[in-house]
Amino acid sequence: MQTDPNGPNPKKSKDSPSNSANTESTQSPSPFPDEVLEKVLSFLNSDKDRSSVSLVCKDWYNAERWTRTKLFIGNCYSVSPEIVARRFTKIKSVTLKGKPRFSDFNLVPQNWGADVHYWLLMFANVYPFLEELRLKRMTISDESLELLATSFPGFRALSLMSCDGFSTDGLKAIATHCRSLTELDIQDVDMDDFCGGWLSCFPEDFGSLEVLNFATLDSEVNFDALERLVSQCKSLRVLKVNKTITLDQLQRLLLRAPQLMELGTGSFQQELLPGQFGDLGIAFSNCKNLRTLSGLWEVASIYFPVLYVACASLTFLNLNYTALRSDEFGSLLAHCPNLRRLWVLDTVEDKGLEAVGSSCPLLEELRVFPADPYDQHLRRGVTESGFVAVSRGCRKLHYVLYFCWQMTNAAVATIVQNCPNFTHFRLCIMNPGRPDYLTNEPMDEAFGAVVKNCTKLQRLSMSGLLTDLTFEYIGKYAKNLETLSVAFAGSSDRGMQCVLEGCPKLRKLEIRDCPFGNAALLSGLEKYETMRSLWMSSCNVTINACQRLAREMPRLNVEVMKDKESDDSRADKVYVYRSVAGPRRDAPPFVLTL
Amino acid sequence: MSPPLLGVEGGGHVNAPLMSSSASVDCITQSGSGLKERNYLGLSDCSSVDSSAVSNMSEENKNNLNLKATELRLGLPGSRSPERDSDFTLLSSGKLDEKQLFPLLPSKDGICSLMQKSVISGNKRGFSDTVDGFSEIKSSVFTEGKWMFNATGSDSGTPQSVVEAKLAGNAGINVILSNNSSGSQPSMKKELPTRTLQEGHNKINGSNNNNSAPAAKAQVVGWPPIRSFRKNTLATTLKTNDEVDGKPVPGALFVKVSMDGAPYLRKVDLRTYSTYQELSSALEKMFMCFTIRQCGSQEAPGREMLGENKFKDLVHGSDYVLTFEDKDGDWMLVGDVPWEMFIESCKRLKIMKGSDAIGLAPRATEKPKNQN
Repeated sequence: MQTDPNGPNPKKSKDSPSNSANTESTQSPSPFPDEVLEKVLSFLNSDKDRSSVSLVCKDWYNAERWTRTKLFIGNCYSVSPEIVARRFTKIKSVTLKGKPRFSDFNLVPQNWGADVHYWLLMFANVYPFLEELRLKRMTISDESLELLATSFPGFRALSLMSCDGFSTDGLKAIATHCRSLTELDIQDVDMDDFCGGWLSCFPEDFGSLEVLNFATLDSEVNFDALERLVSQCKSLRVLKVNKTITLDQLQRLLLRAPQLMELGTGSFQQELLPGQFGDLGIAFSNCKNLRTLSGLWEVASIYFPVLYVACASLTFLNLNYTALRSDEFGSLLAHCPNLRRLWVLDTVEDKGLEAVGSSCPLLEELRVFPADPYDQHLRRGVTESGFVAVSRGCRKLHYVLYFCWQMTNAAVATIVQNCPNFTHFRLCIMNPGRPDYLTNEPMDEAFGAVVKNCTKLQRLSMSGLLTDLTFEYIGKYAKNLETLSVAFAGSSDRGMQCVLEGCPKLRKLEIRDCPFGNAALLSGLEKYETMRSLWMSSCNVTINACQRLAREMPRLNVEVMKDKESDDSRADKVYVYRSVAGPRRDAPPFVLTL
Repeated sequence: MSPPLLGVEGGGHVNAPLMSSSASVDCITQSGSGLKERNYLGLSDCSSVDSSAVSNMSEENKNNLNLKATELRLGLPGSRSPERDSDFTLLSSGKLDEKQLFPLLPSKDGICSLMQKSVISGNKRGFSDTVDGFSEIKSSVFTEGKWMFNATGSDSGTPQSVVEAKLAGNAGINVILSNNSSGSQPSMKKELPTRTLQEGHNKINGSNNNNSAPAAKAQVVGWPPIRSFRKNTLATTLKTNDEVDGKPVPGALFVKVSMDGAPYLRKVDLRTYSTYQELSSALEKMFMCFTIRQCGSQEAPGREMLGENKFKDLVHGSDYVLTFEDKDGDWMLVGDVPWEMFIESCKRLKIMKGSDAIGLAPRATEKPKNQN
């Protein structure tokens, strides 16, 4: 749900009649009955469209709110459960996002908030037909999971990404009570994994699962229970097991689920007898619908040939926890000509990326993760040449996340010349503030080239030594930019000001360790109301400035967290976001709400 | 917000809000040296021992390093002050070996300070780094916990690591800048120390490879921006794929430790101990303050010892018993099985009141064998 004070212009839905409905302030009746309007609007799925529709007139506002079934709340504190409950009556699916993104990197203390419990209590009251809950960066306790499992008889899909606060006990409740469960998807969570017994809590005759992802859990599950589950769930299309599942177990699972579209394997390293190896190959070849492959924990690349048949139709290969050398990677990649998305570890090195460039012409998304992000002395991994090689061979590339130790302005310029369609450009040069290693100049021209060439750029993450010039470029050229992440960059307030003034579509701005101060913060007063949020940590902002911001913009929540022992006037961490719900009531003591 | 659960068995464990830790935080500030400690980790256990040692360190800092250049300032890349300019010139003019810019080793006097790998304390991730330059000190421990406490710093009794942890905090970039300047200057003035530093570094790197990977390296909070799950997984994955002698070296094994009556839980890395004795001592030190209710203030060393004795009496008397929950969900008394087996099956630890532990084993009220 979007709060859009400066909302987009009311858009004429293609289903709407031409003009008569646009007389918003009159009480004249609609040219057709409400039921028709509602029926028409029920076809609208996009949140942006619905937001526009709701601004047309009162009738449309009501028709829209009575027909909305999917709720998307990008910042759980931008609105309150009460407000939501009053406005919408028929919600079946909820997506809630909580903590600021930098909480993924330990910049937000524990117990900061974003606890879903209060929301669940409201849902239990108002939306008994709730079917789906998708949470990102929220805290959810076992108690909440129990409440969820027992309050909604038709509950079907639970997805927890980057969440914390629960344990396998909570999963037990879900497995036990949710009779119509179709989706259980757990990713990147911080949970207590006491034992794998939760899987055995699914009823014996249970057969409705379509998505099961427990790849990030540690404990061993009961394999018989898993095998039974997989055979009974005929519509299972996504199965991602954890690393306790061995290769021969995997083979048995695959035999039961040849219809799988997305597979996350367990450990790929067991010693197989020749017969088993052949069986595994057959099992994989039977999976004609496989589009996504992940897992491959602890891999023995001699077993890769079993994958070759399946690889031909793969569109997403996720090797981001698999430490492969460039040669093994290259031979696997040769069998994956249809890849659109590829996630790898930088152990494949530049040579591996050259193989990407030559084997995967259809590639659209590449993420290269660091195997050893803290050892700057070993300096392994990829360099700018790998990236350039990919850009040469993969002209359709539009999403990149790249971790490296060195980069040059020239390389980036070449890359965006080859691939001007970037929508997401996230470059992380792992030692902060590093200049172009060949010329020793700042990396301004690199990111300048990105924003000049890539007019569709929506998301940018920057690194390296950057002066205000980078921000001038961004303000001048990045007209479609929505999300900007900045770290250890900039020379003065002017940098941040350029961005605030120049990027009309900016929604999320996250800044850490930059020399931006009060003038910068206060140059964005009205701007912040058009954005979802602003995060500034370890910059030069004082509490007084934050107080002033809070005073002048009452519809913004301004929250400050201080580091202990830092000087009293500094606002070490500032989180500013628009909200129609007022200051939050569950802020812990270490969060100062101004 | 979920109510705090104090190490209650079963159910979901939601970490108790640790705001109370602020009450017990030590403030060890160094006014004269320009060092700013950021102690938002709630270093409840490092008490008196550290303050004097810390001041010694800062003195020697001054002797070894150009004070101005190593002074922690809130300067950030791009913000220029005259000294900084010269540093940057050094940066660009030289073919400066990267290693000099980020020295990860003690200076020749064995002081870990700014030149040290900057130990950064995140809000979630605690980091106490003990360098092998100090022979008596055991190798680095990577304390990862929801709220991290530098208990390990005090475990090994290394004041240096405590200071490091405090130095870091969100002033990560500051430390790096200081590293730059301090690194580059020796290269211009003294060849020899630099080389010794390099060798020292190699040694340290080598020995640190036996520990969990992140512990050996310089870190800024939350940088590079990778998620916790990846950090934890890679520590294990790499060791598995990387080992030289064919023996996989596992990563950290963190388990929660709760104690009846304590307002918050701790986490320990079981792999950093090799006997029950070590674990027991470590836990004693961690939880001492809850039994004594005197933590959080800088006291004379004598008091600490008094505290220890009292704790020991409590633990080894009939009051407290150490138990663990195994893979099957059963609560067992710690100490019955060989250490290796214990590590494999232990999921969490609890320091129970002896009266609660009666059901576990009859000898809960006797002196356990793993005693000092």
